Amino acid sequence: MKTKRRGKVVRYNKWGYIFLIPFTAAFVIFQLIPLITTIYNSFFENYMSGLNQIGPTFVGLDNYVTLFSSGDIWTYAKNTMIMWVMCFIPQIVLSLLLGSWFSDVQLRLRGSRFFKAVIYLPNLIMASAFAMLFFTLFSDNGPINSLLMQIGFIDEPYKFLSHTWSARGLIAFMNCLMWFGNTTILLMAGMMGIDTSLFEAAQVDGANSRQVFWRITMPLLRPILVYVMITSLIGGLQLFDVPQILTNGTGAPMRSTMTLIMYLNKHLYSKNYGMAGALSVVLFIISAILSLIVFRMVGSDSRKEAKKWKKAKTTTK
Amino acid sequence: MRKAQTMKRVLAGLAAATLAVTGLAGCSDDSSSTTSTDDSEVTEEGKVLNIYCWNEEFKSRLTDHYADYEEVDSTTGTIGDVTVVWNITPSDDNAYQDNLDATLLEQADADDDDKIDIFLVEADYALKYVDTDYTMSVSDLGLTDDELSEQYQYTKDVMTDSDGVLKGVSWQACPGVLFYNREIALEVLGTDDPDEVQAYVSDWDTFNETAATLKEAGYTITSTVNDTYRVYSNNVTSKWVEDGEINIDDNIVAWVEDSKALVDAGYTGTSDLWSDDWSAGFYGNVFCYFGPAWLVNFSMAADTEGSVGYEGNWGACEGPQGFYWGGTWICAATGTDNETLVADIMRTLTCDADVMTEIVEDDDDFVNNQSAMEALADSDYSSDILGGQNPLSMYCANAESIDLSNTSIYDQGCTEEFQAAMKNYFEGNATYEEALDLFYTAIQEKYPELTVPEE
Repeated sequence: MKTKRRGKVVRYNKWGYIFLIPFTAAFVIFQLIPLITTIYNSFFENYMSGLNQIGPTFVGLDNYVTLFSSGDIWTYAKNTMIMWVMCFIPQIVLSLLLGSWFSDVQLRLRGSRFFKAVIYLPNLIMASAFAMLFFTLFSDNGPINSLLMQIGFIDEPYKFLSHTWSARGLIAFMNCLMWFGNTTILLMAGMMGIDTSLFEAAQVDGANSRQVFWRITMPLLRPILVYVMITSLIGGLQLFDVPQILTNGTGAPMRSTMTLIMYLNKHLYSKNYGMAGALSVVLFIISAILSLIVFRMVGSDSRKEAKKWKKAKTTTK
Repeated sequence: MRKAQTMKRVLAGLAAATLAVTGLAGCSDDSSSTTSTDDSEVTEEGKVLNIYCWNEEFKSRLTDHYADYEEVDSTTGTIGDVTVVWNITPSDDNAYQDNLDATLLEQADADDDDKIDIFLVEADYALKYVDTDYTMSVSDLGLTDDELSEQYQYTKDVMTDSDGVLKGVSWQACPGVLFYNREIALEVLGTDDPDEVQAYVSDWDTFNETAATLKEAGYTITSTVNDTYRVYSNNVTSKWVEDGEINIDDNIVAWVEDSKALVDAGYTGTSDLWSDDWSAGFYGNVFCYFGPAWLVNFSMAADTEGSVGYEGNWGACEGPQGFYWGGTWICAATGTDNETLVADIMRTLTCDADVMTEIVEDDDDFVNNQSAMEALADSDYSSDILGGQNPLSMYCANAESIDLSNTSIYDQGCTEEFQAAMKNYFEGNATYEEALDLFYTAIQEKYPELTVPEE
């Protein structure tokens, strides 16, 4: 009896593994092998000088030393984070607002389906096309400048892409516009998952809509919020196409809009696999840590989590 | 994560496009292997001529001026029984060179019909290819010094490697002049006669004074600071890189100083070359542009109604200093299986005075043949865009003064990065030292082997 039952289990397992093959093969070929070679390459001096190959020579951790000693990486990491924050804060506010309106049954919004589709639309445009559009719109003699001059707001064209904060602002604005629809839909899904009896009970107790939002919706939405934040942070770390196209790869002015991935791209001109590899490994480690946090947050039961938090709070008290 | 997905989508698109392109190239390769024999050829040569270039210019020259060339479709043609395959990759983002480099590195192992036979280079990066074994010596192809004697010396200097071997030839020379807007000249300077206008721009000091006069009348002297860059950078006395160390020539520093003064006074702008803001001056409000024949003929919207060129309102004068800009050279790739044909194309387009005169008359190009150009300079040749002026004698004079002994393989990268870095200084976002540091950083990213001079 015992052996028979075990045999059955093994058979099921076999099918499980067979179904996993396509994913595993794709993962190994397209992700794991490149990942390992990247790490391997980061220990070598290996680039092209014109048509001549330099290296590969094993240099140990030299690439990492160069990367961190020049200090540039911190500037670009800071730029990336600043632009992410500038994009994320308005995005999350907008998404929460829209999400709560769309999911509020009492409001009985008309055409909410239509608007849900509309706010998601910017995400369908390719980021580079979107960046080209903004580049033209905000160029020195572009339509935005002539509009502002015609209504008498400014006398001379404002060089949007030659000032640190307007350039960063534009990039953040474009990313915000592209991603707020996506975030709204995620948050809305979270809000609709909240038991409606809680809202009804609150109403019976005489809570106003602000109280309902802050005391019921927000606390119960926390896991989704964390998920949205971390995925957006990982996405933000990889910010590339919009600033690359908008500033023509220069990160102008004075590289204040140069992100980490743009920096990585700079090393690819000379096919500098060593330096680019080292930078990629650093980025990989940061992303991995962030992903682990998401995994922890989403993977565990929220009620258990809450208990843990309570315990932690009481012990620290 | 989401960003990565977008990237993946873009990459997938690119990969698909590449596949499509190579697929097409593959098809034309197959179709070429038709049976035919050409008894005039001494040795059996390949049936496919692969040409790598970045735009349609060379293709149209070959189509119009090489008698045996028959166009089949936009990417293929035939010369006798040889199929010509065009591999055209735009220069943007270094795509042309990336593609060319990758193919050249595989050249030795490629099938004969897949090998590059001809590729084109520009002056800014010519040395990168000239100083390697990937380019063939022109004399090995059978072109004699005597045949090449009419070519301007600078066009040969560019393509001469460190051992003094000539590696490529060009059908054009690109001496530059100053193109001024006749209407503005007449209004502000009171004359549109080339000789009299020249007096207002004869050297940099008078040029900058004229800028002030133009500003009062509401015009800018140039569209952007980068317009004058080539004029300064062609008259340097040292290379961008000396003994592996980045070197800023005094004349480049002079460009920065003069330009900063012009920008601060509001006499010119800071936009990039080829941008919409730069080309706005093709329709008025900008006094002058610096460039060779191709600039005014092809790049300044001369075919668009309402442009200055369309009205024939540009004039040409020599400007403060002689310079050149651009130019396309033909190189034969080592390993080509079409040596005779390649040599014949070179000979026809770059040594045959009749064909070259035809190019000037049909296409308004300035060709690389001294006696032909001098004959045309004395003829009744006139340019409509320049209001009937014959600018050829000016080009001829400048072409002889061009000195290209100070080029390095790093010129293209240095030029691009220097202009980009200095834009920050001109716009007040950085001091000169900070902008210079940015330049050094950018250059070391592009060329990790270079060192930065110590303060």
